[in-house]
Amino acid sequence: MTNSILASRPMPQNLPRMSTPELQKLAAKLRIDIIDMIYEAQSGHPGSSLSCIDLLVNLWFHHMLWDPANPEWRERDRFVMSKGHGAPAYYATLMAAGYIPHEEIHTLRKIHTHLQGHPASKYIKGCDVSTGSLGQGLSVGIGMALGHRLDSIPARVYVLMGDGECQEGNVWEAVLSGAHHKTSRVTAIVDRNRLQIDGCTENIKGLGDLAPKFAGFDWNTIEIQGHDYAQIQDALRQADSLAESSDRPTVIIANTVKGKGVSFMENQAGWHGKAPNKEQYEAARAELVTAYEALP
Amino acid sequence: MATINLEKPELKALRNQFGDTLAELGATNPNIVVLDADLACSTQTAKFAAKFPERFFNQGISEQDLINTAAGLATTGKIPFCSTFAMFASGKGWDQIRNTVCYSNLNVKVAPTHSGLSLGEDGASHQSIEDIALMRVIPGMTVVVPSDSVETDRVIRWAAETYGPMYIRLVRPNCPVIHDDASYQLEPGKIRVEREGSDITIVGTGETVYHALLAAERLEKDHGIRAEVLNCLFIKPFDTETLVASAKKTGKVITVESHQVIAGLGGAVCEALCADYPAPVKRLGTQDRFGQSGTGDALFKEYGIDWEAIYNEALHWLKPGP
Repeated sequence: MTNSILASRPMPQNLPRMSTPELQKLAAKLRIDIIDMIYEAQSGHPGSSLSCIDLLVNLWFHHMLWDPANPEWRERDRFVMSKGHGAPAYYATLMAAGYIPHEEIHTLRKIHTHLQGHPASKYIKGCDVSTGSLGQGLSVGIGMALGHRLDSIPARVYVLMGDGECQEGNVWEAVLSGAHHKTSRVTAIVDRNRLQIDGCTENIKGLGDLAPKFAGFDWNTIEIQGHDYAQIQDALRQADSLAESSDRPTVIIANTVKGKGVSFMENQAGWHGKAPNKEQYEAARAELVTAYEALP
Repeated sequence: MATINLEKPELKALRNQFGDTLAELGATNPNIVVLDADLACSTQTAKFAAKFPERFFNQGISEQDLINTAAGLATTGKIPFCSTFAMFASGKGWDQIRNTVCYSNLNVKVAPTHSGLSLGEDGASHQSIEDIALMRVIPGMTVVVPSDSVETDRVIRWAAETYGPMYIRLVRPNCPVIHDDASYQLEPGKIRVEREGSDITIVGTGETVYHALLAAERLEKDHGIRAEVLNCLFIKPFDTETLVASAKKTGKVITVESHQVIAGLGGAVCEALCADYPAPVKRLGTQDRFGQSGTGDALFKEYGIDWEAIYNEALHWLKPGP
């Protein structure tokens, strides 16, 4: 890699950098973790977690710079889980990163847990800000980038948003700010699974073609298939280049499948925020285990 | 403390002091950043902006973005002060203040101006009479209401060096200077006993502290009534100890605020007293009623929170007429 964002920072020791087959294997395992923890909790958001887990593993184990030994490393890339209801996917990722002990998987959403229904920063290493109330993460990410600029820290900021979340006014306030303040090192990733609690996004309040909307607000836009690892990785690299060559922030519209990996959950709004019963859990787990074992 | 002439006080705007102090602190503390939402000339953050343009961010008319951008800056070790009118910071920015700033315990100082009725002519849409209630109910939030320019200066300095989310409530107009600049010492978290007395306790916050002092002075002169005046600049954390000590002495409490009596200063005082020393309380403030256009003075009179309203309330309580 030649771009200055990476060149000017030291590579932290023991930072996992995985190949695509390793990433795919990890995501397959984390899908099982997601279903396990939501089943045990008997609540949570499986559809929204399964749609974004491929994006998360590529960010954390292929692209972002972070220090396994020091979650507070000043020059780390920042990640904001603006779609806080995807917490199971986020927690599974941070367990793989070593920031959350894996045994806490049994505590999701239970009293006194670190794994709150939506991420609470005080309990989670590497989590700078609590999320859950939608629409807020992009402004926070832009604020982080402004702080980095003042301190001449060449870190990148990634904000993972839901598509339904883009119905929030705060998102578009932030989109204006990002362009105005020229925070080119901010990359927003929209998990475009086209479903929200009450149904299809286009029937609830249509988002239409999101990329031209962001482009109209002076953002760089990249549109990909959000489960295609080559496309995800290319998009993240392209965002890095654009961060240097333009003064605009970048949005990656990642077209995804809600519930991806569990056939009966896929593209079903009903699985946005519902835990499986025993029979459904066993069917889902069997399917995910088969997929995991089939990978090299 | 030097003698302050309450009848002919020196006047100074809290927002001007806010702007001056911030601009001064900016020179010594490089971590201070300031954000505004298109009201920098009104809130006086423009003074900081002129000196430190790279550390000033005008977020435009976007209060949700204002608060959350400050939150993001705080995660990088900056000390953001964000300002706009109190109505918009506390109203439009509430979810951001609650869920992002306070729930994450970020070092964001929300320091709006133009709070309460004294904003005046712009009318009820712009007069925040609910912001103390909205802010003090959030877990982990500190709420401070300075009463004059001297206190504003000390509160801003203290806030800059004290970690945690804070709401600092400032006002638009020129206010009487009721403290001696040279001797004033801020005691964080404490009610300030501005005047000692034994007949009745008058609790003010912000602008109303002056009115309470003036009423107390005239009650003594005209009727020999000795009123104790408490300056409740810290609404939260609340100093129950000082309040109860005063209530034990006087047995009668009047609260006065440029805010709804529901859940504001009056509410906080009643909550504290009912647990530790139930004493009768009369609450002056807006009585579940919106404000309106008018001068600040006319509004204070209309809504019964000026010195005369306090004076009459105390007098009728202590010396009921025939």
